[in-house]
Amino acid sequence: MSTVKLTIDNIPVEVEAGTTILKAAEKAGIHIPTLCYLEGINEIGACRVCVVEVEGARNLMASCVAPVAEGMVVKTNSPRVRMARRLNVELLLSNHKMECPTCIRNLNCELQSLAQELGIRQVRFEGKKSEYPIDDSTPAIIREPDKCILCRRCVAVCEKVQGVKAIAPMGRGFDTVIAPAFQDKLLDIACVECGQCTLVCPVGALYEKDYTSEVWAALADPEKFVVVQTAPATRVSIGQEFGLPPGSINTGQMVAALRRLGFDRVFDTDFTADLTIMEEGSEFIERFTKGGPLPLITSCSPGWIKFMEHFYPEFIPNVSTCKSPQQMFGAVAKTFYAQKAGIDPAKMVVVSIMPCTAKKFECQRPEMRDSGYQDVDYVLTTRELARMIREAGIDFRNLPEEQYDDPLGESTGAAVIFGATGGVMEAALRTAYELITGKTLPSLDFYDVRGLKGIKEATVDIEGTKVRVAVAHSLGHARQLLERVKAGEQYHFIEIMCCPGGCIGGGGQPIPTNTEIREQRIKGIYQADAEMPIRKSHENPSIQALYREFLGKPLSEKSHHLLHTHYTSRGKY
Amino acid sequence: MEACQCEAKWEELDKIIAAHRGRPSDLIEVLHQAQDLIGYLPRQVQVAIAEGLGVSLTEVYSVISFYHHFTVKPKGKYQVSVCKGTACYVKGSPEILERLEKELGIKAGDSTDDGKFSLEVVRCLGACGLGPVMTVNKRAHGLLKPDTAVAVLKQYQ
Repeated sequence: MSTVKLTIDNIPVEVEAGTTILKAAEKAGIHIPTLCYLEGINEIGACRVCVVEVEGARNLMASCVAPVAEGMVVKTNSPRVRMARRLNVELLLSNHKMECPTCIRNLNCELQSLAQELGIRQVRFEGKKSEYPIDDSTPAIIREPDKCILCRRCVAVCEKVQGVKAIAPMGRGFDTVIAPAFQDKLLDIACVECGQCTLVCPVGALYEKDYTSEVWAALADPEKFVVVQTAPATRVSIGQEFGLPPGSINTGQMVAALRRLGFDRVFDTDFTADLTIMEEGSEFIERFTKGGPLPLITSCSPGWIKFMEHFYPEFIPNVSTCKSPQQMFGAVAKTFYAQKAGIDPAKMVVVSIMPCTAKKFECQRPEMRDSGYQDVDYVLTTRELARMIREAGIDFRNLPEEQYDDPLGESTGAAVIFGATGGVMEAALRTAYELITGKTLPSLDFYDVRGLKGIKEATVDIEGTKVRVAVAHSLGHARQLLERVKAGEQYHFIEIMCCPGGCIGGGGQPIPTNTEIREQRIKGIYQADAEMPIRKSHENPSIQALYREFLGKPLSEKSHHLLHTHYTSRGKY
Repeated sequence: MEACQCEAKWEELDKIIAAHRGRPSDLIEVLHQAQDLIGYLPRQVQVAIAEGLGVSLTEVYSVISFYHHFTVKPKGKYQVSVCKGTACYVKGSPEILERLEKELGIKAGDSTDDGKFSLEVVRCLGACGLGPVMTVNKRAHGLLKPDTAVAVLKQYQ
């Protein structure tokens, strides 16, 4: 690879040919502000915030797309550059719906920070403002086009990472709006509600539907018995909302915070992740020994499920009938636990803390009422929980560590790894191997299925039988894997998670969530697994008791009634 | 879904799509041919094109909404195009347009409910010396005043 020498702000830099000025500057320790840029996903030079002056060039160059050249002399901080950046941001602000103090992204808004960084103290222009209705048609995602700055990051993520293409720029010039075709409502189109757009939106134009007021009301109602469950991935991300390093494990503080918020019981979705493994593992063994249909595909990720229902309904027979851990929890809480604790399930409110926006859609699916009530009442994302903690004035960082309540709070290492791509597969293999062979696994760690590679494959030897597995995360990769299967590639078991990195990179996670942060959260997840005294789902004593006292055995009639579901072909239009 | 006036032409549309099947980069070409055939691009036609070329409906609509040439509404029997190019503009075409919008009860880009007229704005028809100019079904009318423009429309009632 040939290299190129240039100087940036009088600092000599040597980089590979083809590198952008932005990346070269980064290497030299020079920060160039960006707005529409999203590394590897949206590199289109649209916002012109990253402009730099190149000696000999007539115009300023967008450093995120302009490649370096031999002998180039770049200035990133000249008066002309500063003036241009300021002007460009002022123009964005001139027609922006500025209601910063009450905006959901206040203090975590890239436009706001940029205006500060560039020292903008007044906007010299009063622009015409657009007036689009807010689309709050779905239970998960809200579109507020009047705050949109047309950076197209959401469009790029939806198309390039997820392969869904739910939204695109419509119209041109001032009338451009990022929207579904015909400006249809999100509810009426093939949007999977994964919320990846909400993670990359720099402003408050795309965000989660907030259910904190419903939850506050339930907590304040003396008639209600409010139980909460926390998804595996939330324990390694909530800390980020309070300034802790991404990936730090804050399980105990989160439990303590939930108790202080007033939840009557603090339980763990990890418990029903273990239960999922019992059911799905048994389903796999049954399909594997009785001739299919194979591959069996996991069903924990509601964004993936909705995607499959829209784009790949031919795979419905392959997808596990197991409900997701969130929904299993709701069904078990309002039956088994309500009975055991002597609580009227009609008065029980089940709240979930999830890294996910699609879970909000999942809990409202009409088939998710097998307890006789809506199994899960409200889903809060990690971001919403952080909001409640702040609103309550709880000093999260200095909370003591507390334990989950029994029995729906006991879990294993196999459950916590549900939070990362490859985790459900690994957890299932740990249990399936031991249930099939009756022997103890020599090593619990299946490294082949871990990590951020888009599609991972492995062959596991279960006493002479080769089991071929594959793992995909992000729907773009899921699509590639499913096309491989359609082309004749043989697998026995496939795990698909909707979001890049799995749930740790979910659409409801703290902002920012980028590749580096995803890696740190994954590290946290496997560390949490390694620290657990029990690391196999079938060894969870509370799960064993649940089967003994209530369900009978995996795939029993009661299990089928409460823990399994069915899917609907939804069409693309 | 609203009825479209394209059933009779569906077979021909299928032929157009078949010639470009699986080729996303042919989108604009196919949109041109489809609009020439049917007169406009209703939702059903867009869905068929999306399916045939292997692109999403979002992309199809995104392109259609970008180019003023493409329309998702049936055009009127008489297509009125008012020039707002520089010469016509300075000679008073905004007033012509305003008056026609009032007269027809529609905004530029729309068609009258009776299907008789549709109104659009164009940029330079190449007859700047006759400005302000408008065309009705490709026939040019120049040196207009708001009143004479309305009188021209009466010829097409």
